[in-house]
Amino acid sequence: MATIELISKRCKGCNICVAFCPKKVLELDTLGKVYVKDQGACIACGQCELRCPDYAIYVTKEEK
Amino acid sequence: MKARLMQGNEACAEGALAAGVRFFGGYPITPSTEIAEQMAKELPKVGGTFIQMEDEIGGMAVILGASLGGKKVLTATSGPGFSLKQELIGYAAIAEIPAVIVNVQRVGPSTGQPTSPSQGDIMQIRWGTHGDHPMIALAPWTVREAFDVAVMAVNYAERFRTPVIIAMDEVVGHMREKVVLPEANEIEIYPRRKPTATRAEGYQPFTPAEDLVPNVANFGDGYHIHVTGLIHDETGFPSGNAQLTKECTDRWHQKIARVQDEITHYDEFFMDDAEFVVLAYGGTARSAYAGVEAAREKGIKVGMLRLMTIWPFADKIVKKAAAKAKAILVPEMNYGQLVHEVERAAAGQTQVISLPKYNTEIFEPSEICEAIETMAKEASK
Amino acid sequence: MRTYEKFFRMNRLPHIWCPGCGNGIVMKAIVQAIEKAGLDQDKTVIVSGIGCSSRASGYMNFDTLHTAHGRAIPFATGIKLANPELNVIVITGDGDATAIGGNHFIHGARRNIDLTVVLFNNNIYGMTGGQASPLTPHGKKATTAPYGTVDRAFDPCQLAQAAGATFVARSTTFHVPQTVDAIVQGIGNKGFSLIETITQCPIAYGRKNKLGDAANMLKWMSEHAAPLAAYNKLSDEQKAEKFPIGVLYKGAAPEYSAEYAKLIKQAMEGKK
Ligand SMILES: Cc1ncc(C[n+]2csc(CCOP(=O)(O)OP(=O)(O)O)c2C)c(N)n1
Ligand code: SF4
Ligand code: SF4
Ligand code: SF4
Repeated sequence: MATIELISKRCKGCNICVAFCPKKVLELDTLGKVYVKDQGACIACGQCELRCPDYAIYVTKEEK
Repeated sequence: MKARLMQGNEACAEGALAAGVRFFGGYPITPSTEIAEQMAKELPKVGGTFIQMEDEIGGMAVILGASLGGKKVLTATSGPGFSLKQELIGYAAIAEIPAVIVNVQRVGPSTGQPTSPSQGDIMQIRWGTHGDHPMIALAPWTVREAFDVAVMAVNYAERFRTPVIIAMDEVVGHMREKVVLPEANEIEIYPRRKPTATRAEGYQPFTPAEDLVPNVANFGDGYHIHVTGLIHDETGFPSGNAQLTKECTDRWHQKIARVQDEITHYDEFFMDDAEFVVLAYGGTARSAYAGVEAAREKGIKVGMLRLMTIWPFADKIVKKAAAKAKAILVPEMNYGQLVHEVERAAAGQTQVISLPKYNTEIFEPSEICEAIETMAKEASK
Repeated sequence: MRTYEKFFRMNRLPHIWCPGCGNGIVMKAIVQAIEKAGLDQDKTVIVSGIGCSSRASGYMNFDTLHTAHGRAIPFATGIKLANPELNVIVITGDGDATAIGGNHFIHGARRNIDLTVVLFNNNIYGMTGGQASPLTPHGKKATTAPYGTVDRAFDPCQLAQAAGATFVARSTTFHVPQTVDAIVQGIGNKGFSLIETITQCPIAYGRKNKLGDAANMLKWMSEHAAPLAAYNKLSDEQKAEKFPIGVLYKGAAPEYSAEYAKLIKQAMEGKK
């Protein structure tokens, strides 16, 4: 399990995180901001946070 | 201290060292090179740094960096190099970085007459960079004064956090005179301004102090300041605000305008009963003085104003002289530049006569004496 | 909250860069590298030129200097020589470093002065809307090269190496950990270090050259970059399709500020 923290104010809707997410967890909403569509699928790989140029998405792996 | 025979350029370098300059960056160019050479030799002896840069733009950039790093800084150049420095002279003005630039003027434009004296950069010194900002420029007329002017320029640069230009000319730069320099304890030094508060107490690097000059921290002092050539507010960060843009521009001008009388340095000779005035500066003032003396011997009541402070222009002094004089003669080693300022300040109170010279030769006192005689004759018609 | 965030001026975010612009990725790599290298925040100075990339200095929580176009390196040189204990990191664009600032760039390398130069190479003049730069690949389009550039491009890494830099690396915004690592190594090198980071400008470069969106441009980097060792094994035809990344050169040479400090010491002793 992972928590995904979004800082919407900083998201510019560039789609990088969406394109690089291996599990299709993320999507852009109609306003062009990212949202979590399928939290359960997240494998906490960190690709989204790694590649976001705007520091708008943070992933924290939760210890079970 | 005993008398020494030295050149104007050398005295200028010594003055800068005495005022605490510990960093020089520049690029060689006649007739200013002796200043760089002197600094290269002397700076390391006092723990300072000299660097020969790849061009004059680099020379200007490196001293501004060093100034932000906490050093008092100097560069020296001549016409072509001075042209290259312009963008960053503007940077020093907007970012309020103390720096002194010596321009030993030679005949231009372009490569012109590289070894011949000129005063042809007097307007470029004032208006050379783009945009509005004030300028301080000082022109020595003796070797000893080259020393004093250098000290003063460094002090003004530090006190007002502004670029200051030493408007030398080849005559003064290369002239040799016997001079007695002041002892270190006789020289007043303006120290680098320091923040008077901590970040926790609300310190902002570009908040003006009472004298309208900000106490910008040096890099490395822990204040984490931001410096930019964009218009910025007191935090140092850029802003596109229209009102702020106006206020910044106003403040830069006011910080100099409010001390204009104090920083206007000049000499008056034979002015008490003068009916005519010769206004001169730099190397030309030397011939002018001899010419005025000669004219006096011929019975002409002529006085002389010698400006050391070229910018800001000595409006009040010239206006006062113009109110009494029948005419003002302005000899200059250029096509006629500062004469327009004299005309502006005289504001029609008297006739202002330009005596330009731009054939690579310096003025002979006799030429100036003759021009004074002509001026007096014309006036009595 | 990430630990490197103390090196950002968080109150100044979001930054001004376009959606998908790679500059944010490089800027984060720099602060992460600073953290990894353990630099003292009070003794680290960021110096930038003019351009989109050079706006990074304003977001970084150090003493920061946003200079004039092309002049970051000589300003940085002055700072380093005025106070050699400072760590000076230069942020510059491809136009900033290799066009208007090209002379300063090679002379900084020649002096081997201890600066860590991170060149944000987006192959274009971003800030002014997409004109060709000396790093725009031959034939690519720009607003000032509507039919494709006739000019040949520099290889800034070879340029720096030939000019005397003692650490030269190339990375991309796709290769984030490698970029961080290269910058850490650059900081560690006491001398002139260049880290060229290929970064995407989807707006002024990508669009004009039909390279797709930012994610596509990142994928292009992942497909065309080859670690130096692997690159060296390629045939010439294969090489033409790829570019090498990683540490490209490490050299040893006296460092300018240290050499000058010696000179000062000698001169001061000589005077006694
Ligand atoms: C002396 C000068 N010339 C031109 C400009 C206009 N200008 C600003 S940024 C820039 C190019 C920036 O390109 P680059 O260095 O590649 O940085 P990028 O914006 O792509 O990050 C130019 C030409 C300027 N500011 N100053
Ligand atoms: S990468 Fe960042 S800015 Fe781009 S869409 Fe995702 S969260 Fe938004
Ligand atoms: S951590 Fe990985 S799986 Fe989870 S949202 Fe981000 S990119 Fe997708
Ligand atoms: S123009 Fe290009 S380089 Fe500049 S902010 Fe936009 S995407 Fe980035």
